[in-house]
Amino acid sequence: MSAAWFDKLSDGLSRTRVTIQSRIAAAVGASRAVDDAFFDGIEEALVLADVGATAAAEIVGNLRQAVRRERVREPEAALDLLVDLVAQEFPQPVDDPLDDLPAVVLLVGVNGSGKTTTAGKLAAEARAAGRTVVIGSADTYRAAAIEQLRVWAGRAGAHVVERERGADPAAVAFDAVAHGMEAGADLVLVDTAGRLHTSKDLMEELKKVDRVVRKRSAAPVKSLLVIDATAGQNALQQAREFHAALGLDGVVLTKLDGTAKGGIVVAVARELGLPVVRIGVGEGVDDMHSFDAREFARALVGAPS
Amino acid sequence: MFQNLTDRLTAIFSRLTNRGALTEADVDAALREVRLALLEADVNFKVVKEFLARVRERAVGKDVLSSLTPGQMVVKIVLEELTALLGGARADIPLSGRVPNVIVLVGLQGSGKTTAAAKLASHYKSKGRHPLLVAADVYRPAAGDQLETLGAEIGVPVHRHDGADPVDIARESLRVAKDRLRDLVIVDTAGRLHVDDAMMDEAARIIQAVAPDAVLMVVDAMTGQDAVNAASAFAERVPFDGVIVTKLDGDARGGAALSVRAVTGRPIVFASVGERLDALEPFRPDAMARRILGMGDVVGLIDKAQAAFDEETARKAEERLRAGTFTLDDFLEQLRSVKKMGPLKDVLRMLPGAAKLPKDFEVDEGALKRTEAIITSMTKAERAKPSIINGSRRQRIAAGAGVSVFEVNQVLKQYAEAQRLMKRLAALQPQGKKGRRGVRLPGPWGFPG
Ligand SMILES: Nc1nc2c(ncn2[C@@H]2O[C@H](COP(=O)(O)OP(=O)(O)OP(=O)(O)O)[C@@H](O)[C@H]2O)c(=O)[nH]1
Ligand SMILES: Nc1nc2c(ncn2[C@@H]2O[C@H](COP(=O)(O)OP(=O)(O)OP(=O)(O)O)[C@@H](O)[C@H]2O)c(=O)[nH]1
Ligand SMILES: [Mg+2]
Ligand SMILES: [Mg+2]
Repeated sequence: MSAAWFDKLSDGLSRTRVTIQSRIAAAVGASRAVDDAFFDGIEEALVLADVGATAAAEIVGNLRQAVRRERVREPEAALDLLVDLVAQEFPQPVDDPLDDLPAVVLLVGVNGSGKTTTAGKLAAEARAAGRTVVIGSADTYRAAAIEQLRVWAGRAGAHVVERERGADPAAVAFDAVAHGMEAGADLVLVDTAGRLHTSKDLMEELKKVDRVVRKRSAAPVKSLLVIDATAGQNALQQAREFHAALGLDGVVLTKLDGTAKGGIVVAVARELGLPVVRIGVGEGVDDMHSFDAREFARALVGAPS
Repeated sequence: MFQNLTDRLTAIFSRLTNRGALTEADVDAALREVRLALLEADVNFKVVKEFLARVRERAVGKDVLSSLTPGQMVVKIVLEELTALLGGARADIPLSGRVPNVIVLVGLQGSGKTTAAAKLASHYKSKGRHPLLVAADVYRPAAGDQLETLGAEIGVPVHRHDGADPVDIARESLRVAKDRLRDLVIVDTAGRLHVDDAMMDEAARIIQAVAPDAVLMVVDAMTGQDAVNAASAFAERVPFDGVIVTKLDGDARGGAALSVRAVTGRPIVFASVGERLDALEPFRPDAMARRILGMGDVVGLIDKAQAAFDEETARKAEERLRAGTFTLDDFLEQLRSVKKMGPLKDVLRMLPGAAKLPKDFEVDEGALKRTEAIITSMTKAERAKPSIINGSRRQRIAAGAGVSVFEVNQVLKQYAEAQRLMKRLAALQPQGKKGRRGVRLPGPWGFPG
């Protein structure tokens, strides 16, 4: 991953994002000294990045301590400390759950977060590495979810397992895993329907999918929560509930190609210890990167890389 | 984790009032709590700042400092200001007299545009309009299929022309609408990022091509701080007339709604509360304000009740009650009305203090069904005159409903209670205003009437 990682996200887009980024950097960098105004600027930047007011206050508290301890005087040096602090919130080193194949990977999350797109991108990534991929279309609810996934599977060169709309999602997931096992596929991806964590029925449905998949699969089963970078504090609640239901293995953070920073994953990592395994940076099949905690931390507060 | 703001403020102030007279500094301490609540609700940092400045001006007035219940006073002011900022009165989409009317939906990826397009079509269809849905998203895989499937579900035709330029599709849809005698065109556009110049330009050209009556921006209630960036960029490039807030069926506080309103000044017109195509409601600023602060929604409850209880039935029940003839049949009718309000769990969630309900709080939804089964297992005579239901009748009813005699007894007890409660309510009800609000919520669940 290049150092200009975050700039690369804006390929093909206007410079607007850069302007907004530098605006935040300015808020932080306006102060010449590491004083209260500086810390306030940091806190504001963290809140604006969706880290959350509580987590932001705690991080700034830790930063104050670190600054005192290390006798830091320059804002730039204090920013480096901040980047360390934020990066340390993420569990590391991370075993990439998508490297350890064969595997079955469930993509779960709230409506519209980017599950189906991520399934397509992950399939393409694995295909590019010479793996065989099966995708199960376990979203049997949303209109044209199956058609959408077919297009993605076509782009990636993966095989789709599907049933008609309205079918039991667990049955499709079972079929997909069974087919994957029989065909000796390296990776079986299961795209699930978007659901709000507050819906008890739909969470039960998801647990059933998970149970059935685990029962059938000889390979390890991982579940990834897909979080939209534009999401605010509710994403922490989402993570809690999906984690409680399934035992998540990681998070995919999508839509980082906009101006939202996705800071809520800091709170998710702090509380639940979940790693971010991929980031989505566009709607194209290649618009996905692995995650670098330090680069992410820099981008979060608009610190220069 | 999220403690009700009123409780938090009351706690703060009771600590303070023990010390003597309140000062401006005390108000500031309270406003820090309000600030935290708003930030936790995802209201934008800068919006919060400006908002609190306004609240502070009012709060340091004599009202709060001399109030016996300063915590509640602050909450009252915050609520009033929030409600005013969110829109004051209910907004509507102004449609001109021309045919066809045109509505264009825009927004970020995945916010719920396509679903909202179909919901709007269904909404206007039920009002006697003849909508045409237009698939002007040619990028997202199967976007056209999605809209077509939804259109078929609600019996609304869909115009699509995959592979064509979205601007052309939008333009030709006006002709299609005229040919097919459709009087309302609803254009679904692709999700786009506000920083994507080419795509923002395309949206602007679509709008130029169809000169819509209304452009609506669709905003996900779960959006965080970035809502202001997206909304102000959209407002600049594709000036929109109103906002639809989606996914309000979850537990997101929806502070983004306030942010968008504050930075663009555009009214929020609809609330989307589910994936089903009938899950679209008029937006209510007061309910949204309470939601952002983590308080109950009594008005929403009353609205729901009004929608579910048809006035005629309520009035008849009331008359029978006055005449002393409120039977089990009437009771059953009331039950069914309660059921129409939606899952009891959702109804209870709207009550004040619901924030304090445990996360996994469950309601026995089956209880309503069992009660219904019990009453329908009674004979006509039994329902008209419950006093004749003796031991052997109870056994027969229990067997018929597939429940225990104990449960039958409980229902009879609930009925008696409901009857007593309704008598009390009827006595309180001023004469001559019969059926105006038409809502009374008797029965064993203890809703506030
Ligand atoms: N800009 C951008 N858009 C994305 C990204 N990932 C997904 N999208 C878009 O977001 C929208 C929703 O993506 P989907 O993959 O359909 O989301 P989903 O979670 O499967 O949605 P449901 O199945 O309806 O819950 C689509 O328009 C995608 O093209 C991303 O990283 N960047
Ligand atoms: N729970 C809930 N889900 C909703 C609501 N509105 C839309 N959705 C779901 O959100 C997801 C995205 O909705 P779409 O209508 O496809 O969103 P879109 O804005 O058209 O997405 P793109 O065209 O990809 O930008 C789907 O799974 C919808 O079923 C709502 O009010 N509540
Ligand atoms: Mg999907
Ligand atoms: Mg769409």
